[in-house]
Amino acid sequence: MSLSPDNIIYWQMGFFKLNATIVFTWGLILVLVIGSKLITRKLSTGLQRSRWQNLMEIIVTGINQQIEEVGLENPQKYLGFLGSLFLFVAVASLFTIVPGYEPPTGSLSTTAALAICVFVVVPMFGIEEAGIGQYLKAYTRPTIIMLPFNIISEISRTLALAVRLFGNMMSGTLIIAILLTITPFVFPIIMSALGLLTGMVQAYIFTILATVYIAAATRARKPVQETESENRKNNTNHMGINHG
Amino acid sequence: MDSMTLIAIISIITAGLTIAIGSIGPAFGEARAVASALTALAQQPDASVTITRTLFVGLAMIESVAIYCFVVSMILIFANPFWDHVIAQAAGK
Repeated sequence: MSLSPDNIIYWQMGFFKLNATIVFTWGLILVLVIGSKLITRKLSTGLQRSRWQNLMEIIVTGINQQIEEVGLENPQKYLGFLGSLFLFVAVASLFTIVPGYEPPTGSLSTTAALAICVFVVVPMFGIEEAGIGQYLKAYTRPTIIMLPFNIISEISRTLALAVRLFGNMMSGTLIIAILLTITPFVFPIIMSALGLLTGMVQAYIFTILATVYIAAATRARKPVQETESENRKNNTNHMGINHG
Repeated sequence: MDSMTLIAIISIITAGLTIAIGSIGPAFGEARAVASALTALAQQPDASVTITRTLFVGLAMIESVAIYCFVVSMILIFANPFWDHVIAQAAGK
């Protein structure tokens, strides 16, 4: 029994190994890119629309609305990044109904890569919104003593993001693998249905956490013109979010 | 009892204890969070969107503690560094 799809190696040449994680990630990327190309090839604005376009519109407006509800004013700007995150994680867990498929998010390498993307993007949006000076200054709020703790929380929440997704996806495949040896017939089906639900919830949570982090980075970086109470509320919000 | 057996016994028992003890706290935490969310939903059905989203994010935060314990116990069983070290030593003899 293998802990992650990293251990399944299809092809090897010297240092380079082509393992199941990479292969299935490429497959998912192909499915997503070709799928969205095919759907957006003939968009129509009339009343007669293809069902795929309807699905696409539901997904895009849904993500847009969720981003807006978290508190980002201009959701179109963040839709590209957050939407890709959501679609990748969601499709990765949705494809578990295909036999022989191993979700690439069940490997710590994939989830760490996704978490590092969030780790890089959050300061980028924060700097873009407020400038580098204001952004760096926010690390010393409320006092300079909090500087190391703010930095630690920035790193620990990235770690938490990666390990949470990895643990959930890995536990799903592992539980099914264990159950197949104990009760091979009906029960694994119920657990894989539960795994689909967990996968969707995890995709939602991963995206919403990234959104909340971006919102905290852009909101807390606003110049100090607010009243004292508002400022304190923002700071406590910021701190509460950082616990991961 | 040689050191190999000792490491195996301690690893297996610790893996079980990790997930057993580590899931108690998150279970209580999630129960409290869901109970308060249900109370809030019953009092203010209009705010259901905000409450549900906050609940999900909070549950993910609480659950990650249990997930960490699960990952540690899985590492102890399937990818134990001490076990690998002992195996490598035994093979080298």
